[in-house]
Amino acid sequence: MDVMNPILKNRLCKLPAGTVIVGKWHKQAYKIVKPLGNGANGAVYLAESKKGLVAIKVSDSSTTITSEVNVLKRFSKVQGAALGPSLLDMDDWHDQKINRTIPFYAMEYIKGEDFFSFLRKRGKEWLVILVLQLLSALEQLHEEGWVFGDLKPENVLVAGNPPTIRLLDVGGTTLQGRAVKEFTEFYDRGYWGLGSRKADPAYDLFAVAMIMIHACYPTKFERKENGRKQLFTMIQADATLRKYQHVLMKAIDGKYVRAMDMKRELVAAIHHDVPLARAKQPPSRKQHRKKKRSGVIETAFIVVTLLCMYALYLYGQIL
Amino acid sequence: MRKGTLRQILLITDGCSNHGEDPVAMAALAKEQGITVNVIGVLDQDVMDENSLREVEGIAMAGGGISQVVYAKQLSQTVQMVTRKAMTQTLQGVVNRELKQILGSNISMEELPPEKRGEVMEIVDELGETVELEVLILIDTSGSMKTKLPTVKEALFDLSLSLNARMGDNLFSVFVFPGKQEDVEKILDWTPKLEALSSVFPKLTSGGLTPTGPALRQAVSHFQKKRSLRSLIGRDESYFEESSM
Repeated sequence: MDVMNPILKNRLCKLPAGTVIVGKWHKQAYKIVKPLGNGANGAVYLAESKKGLVAIKVSDSSTTITSEVNVLKRFSKVQGAALGPSLLDMDDWHDQKINRTIPFYAMEYIKGEDFFSFLRKRGKEWLVILVLQLLSALEQLHEEGWVFGDLKPENVLVAGNPPTIRLLDVGGTTLQGRAVKEFTEFYDRGYWGLGSRKADPAYDLFAVAMIMIHACYPTKFERKENGRKQLFTMIQADATLRKYQHVLMKAIDGKYVRAMDMKRELVAAIHHDVPLARAKQPPSRKQHRKKKRSGVIETAFIVVTLLCMYALYLYGQIL
Repeated sequence: MRKGTLRQILLITDGCSNHGEDPVAMAALAKEQGITVNVIGVLDQDVMDENSLREVEGIAMAGGGISQVVYAKQLSQTVQMVTRKAMTQTLQGVVNRELKQILGSNISMEELPPEKRGEVMEIVDELGETVELEVLILIDTSGSMKTKLPTVKEALFDLSLSLNARMGDNLFSVFVFPGKQEDVEKILDWTPKLEALSSVFPKLTSGGLTPTGPALRQAVSHFQKKRSLRSLIGRDESYFEESSM
């Protein structure tokens, strides 16, 4: 069995372009084009094959490859899925250079942009739209009895036209009720002291809230004494986040049982952000009162205008 | 498959041993008794000195476990990952052995056709979720480790968070070395609640010697003691043994 082997690891992360990977069982050949990403559990490359461009994941651990393939296989059974890349092949490659058998799988190559660079390019107004799409995808995944687990912007790709999100890297995907397999501290509710690491839909929804916060605070920050208070203060201090503070705090407190509920309330907050924000803990009394007063003035203005128009109408009728 | 218990020693250290038996030998002894030894080396500067690194890797190798060298900052993420990985590795060994028994030949999961591996992996996953786990944590408190103890404590709480999310039961025990009077001192006996550590941790003092070998030996016998107590009560338990491949 493999204890982490530095030579093997180094080789896997640095396969040169042009390397040809041939599967021992299915005899398919893949020619490496360029690296797409590196993780703790392996590396992903863009490769050419008979079927066109594909993404190949190689790992030093057969366990990693097999579990991820298991998840991707389940995903392919979910209809109309934006869930993950579709699985094309799984095999072993005998790498003669280091004389080792390397397990790998081939999947659909999704050409897209990572979540945050898309936002930087196209504007922040896309944030909430992409989050709504993300919530729909999560709802589907949760319906099937899974939790995505390692949800972070790096694992969310925006592809195609109209821009649509796709989930990548299923290494953390876990059956509901079990312990989350893989996670990233910043997006993990356990790290923030706000819940367990047992896989339930609310686990993913916490990560969604963190993605939104991180999108508005691009520099990564660390947890302080009271994680909840820290996050609440940050939400309050940002104009975009404040609009959704009610939804965000509910997600952070794990109060959503379903992704659909969070989606519905997020949509409501987009359209009626003022009353929703008011219903839950006003940011500060002064601002609150000012808003209310301007509301009263607005209403009075509309009433007066309508009355004037009605008077004009009556006047016209009499003449 | 029968339900069993996984037994692990998690050694957290930042340097070389300089007192008592060879820790690599003690790790090999642990492995012989079905206990996996994992080692986490905590970095001070950018690199660990050659000898310490060799010892960290050597202990894990002999103990059938995993070693990882990290900065104190990454300790939480690493401790839980190493523990989970080592569990999967041991369980895969167990499943491979069962496969050999069924299929007769020298077959392991890696040699099955890719299509068949999925089912085996599901069994390993299932076991990893439900198996009982006993982890004895062995903390080096000599010299420069002293300043890292708050981080170690946090990493252990994080570990219990990860493990308690499983369906299976966990038992933890914590030893530090060097102890006040002896080479090694027990600061927490077997308990499902690692949080009990909070009260003990601040009182730790650091000593000069690093008796890693003797500490490992005592850790192994602490497992044995527990086992013999259990058999006195008459509850027969099966233990998963680390596979020898």
